[in-house]
Amino acid sequence: MSIDRRKFLKIAGLSGIGLGLSAADSLVKGKAHASEESSLPESGVRLALVIDIGKIRTDEDYKRITDACHSIHNVPSIPNTKHEVKWIWTDNYEHTFPDQTNEFIPHEMKEKRFLLLCNHCAKPPCVRVCPTKATFKRPDGIVAQDPHRCIGCRFCMAACPYGSRSFNWVDPRKYLDMNKTNPDYPTRTMGVVEKCTLCVERLARGLEPACVEVSNGAIVFGNLADPGSNVRKILSTHYTIIRKPAVGTQPSVFYVIGGGENAG
Amino acid sequence: MLDRALKGSKGYWTLVIILLGFIGAGSLAYLHQFNNGLGVTGMSRDVSWGFYISQFTFLVGVAASAVMLVIPYYLHNFKKFGRIVILGEFLAIASVTMCMTFIFVDMGQPMRIMNVILFPTPNSILFWDATVLNGYLFLNLVIGWATLHAEKKGVPPPAWSKPLIYLSIPWAVSIHTVTAFLYAGLPGRHFWLTAILAVRFLASAFAGGPALLILLALILRKYTKFDAGKEPIQAVAKIVAYAMCANVFLIGLEFFTAFYSNIPSHMHAFEFLYAHGNLVPLMWTSTILALLSLILIVPPKMRGNETILMWACIAIFISLWIDKGFGLVIGGFVPTPFDTVTEYWPTLTETTITLGVWALGFLVLTVLYKVAISVREELGTSGPPK
Repeated sequence: MSIDRRKFLKIAGLSGIGLGLSAADSLVKGKAHASEESSLPESGVRLALVIDIGKIRTDEDYKRITDACHSIHNVPSIPNTKHEVKWIWTDNYEHTFPDQTNEFIPHEMKEKRFLLLCNHCAKPPCVRVCPTKATFKRPDGIVAQDPHRCIGCRFCMAACPYGSRSFNWVDPRKYLDMNKTNPDYPTRTMGVVEKCTLCVERLARGLEPACVEVSNGAIVFGNLADPGSNVRKILSTHYTIIRKPAVGTQPSVFYVIGGGENAG
Repeated sequence: MLDRALKGSKGYWTLVIILLGFIGAGSLAYLHQFNNGLGVTGMSRDVSWGFYISQFTFLVGVAASAVMLVIPYYLHNFKKFGRIVILGEFLAIASVTMCMTFIFVDMGQPMRIMNVILFPTPNSILFWDATVLNGYLFLNLVIGWATLHAEKKGVPPPAWSKPLIYLSIPWAVSIHTVTAFLYAGLPGRHFWLTAILAVRFLASAFAGGPALLILLALILRKYTKFDAGKEPIQAVAKIVAYAMCANVFLIGLEFFTAFYSNIPSHMHAFEFLYAHGNLVPLMWTSTILALLSLILIVPPKMRGNETILMWACIAIFISLWIDKGFGLVIGGFVPTPFDTVTEYWPTLTETTITLGVWALGFLVLTVLYKVAISVREELGTSGPPK
């Protein structure tokens, strides 16, 4: 049986389209699968913070929150910004969300301060790179740091896309009033990395993180893996953003962006 | 054979004492850093790796470059490399020693260095880097020593050294690839987040390392009885020429991707390095020296002139030292995750420690070369090859 050129091209073309379609189909399926992939752990707990930026207004509000954290954790205040140790701090919109900004955002957004802290990512790059497991992720989603195991290589600082880690470049105790430190929490030595640990020591005693406690309801703490939790309720009813979503770390700190209507 | 390092001319001992002086100064500076913390360096919360890690990155390349002699000699039976292949292997030993020392002096808690071995963490590239560096040091020590020992006795190298030599070839590639992976897999560091980083590292290594080797061979010819010979030097020069072309081409590719895509985060580091940061003069010096070196080393007539070749190698070494030993690491940290700029410049303490580590490397190199040359002098094979 012979087949003419015209017929051959027809069949080849059709099967080509068919192949293409099936490939496209599997691609779409693959994509759909990827976006549906849950970041929620098997443990059933992924602790998270939702920060309603409209509810933190004055400098005193910010100071109360950052001071609460830094004082109970014996975080030194080092004047040289190059040697700073920061667990929770503030910065402007542009610096907090560098790739989500445009020149025409509302004026109040440009002026607004944002609270920054460790994002306790679902896929933390700092845990991936740590050569001694000094940085590790707990089953409840908290990215913790063991200062006794840290060798001070600072690989985690290079890996963190959020600048959330501090290194003790100098002896931190020199910048603490040793009579006023919190005796229930250790002070650190120089040469180790440290960060926000989402107040694991308070959680163990059934308390909320310190920043949440003093925020007057501006910061809400809860379990993302529980559909009925308070954090999930806010996330499902308010528009929230996370820092640098493109890097795929899946932060557990969410910012309620809404301006006026959420304020108060 | 090591006893030969204890008998030497006045010049040899002068060099050893000068190097010991630098090591001493570096040790004192390190003691200061050890007692007062890494705050005595120019590093900061934003630029958390500096001079030490960039020197380590550059020197991994010098170490890996030994393979450029090992491959032609052992795989392609290029006999003319017979007398300089050991120089490459010993240079690798000295370079890896410096690499490890640089990592050590960069650590915040050096007393806990064994934690890397006590708690092996396969998901950390640093664990693999420590593994491949130690392995490469071991391979070159064993191979270099065994072949020199055999040469001294006038017998062929032991049979067991062959598989080790073959293993050392992919291993050399691995040390620089793994070092590139320290950088290339980090989210949010756009300057490093490039798939060609490992290739760039290898291209610059195969230019910079052999360029240093040519300079060392020329120095040895002038100050010792050892002559590597004109032909092997020319063969290495050809390797340097090709590798430097590849290196310049690859940097060009990075510029194209960053600026044609017009993505700000990809352009920022280049703009900082070449347009408005404190490293601008250095980076342009590196670029000009790279282009100049190509003019000097690519045309065979220029390369054939050993004086011009020497200047070409000096230009290449300085150019790559600035690019890898400074710009690469700093450029990756600036801009910061907040899109701000925190400048970095090494302090005097940091520079003294760095010089001390380089002196340590050169002391290891001097001693190893002294042994190799003494053995050949005794055998009467140190003169120019016929």
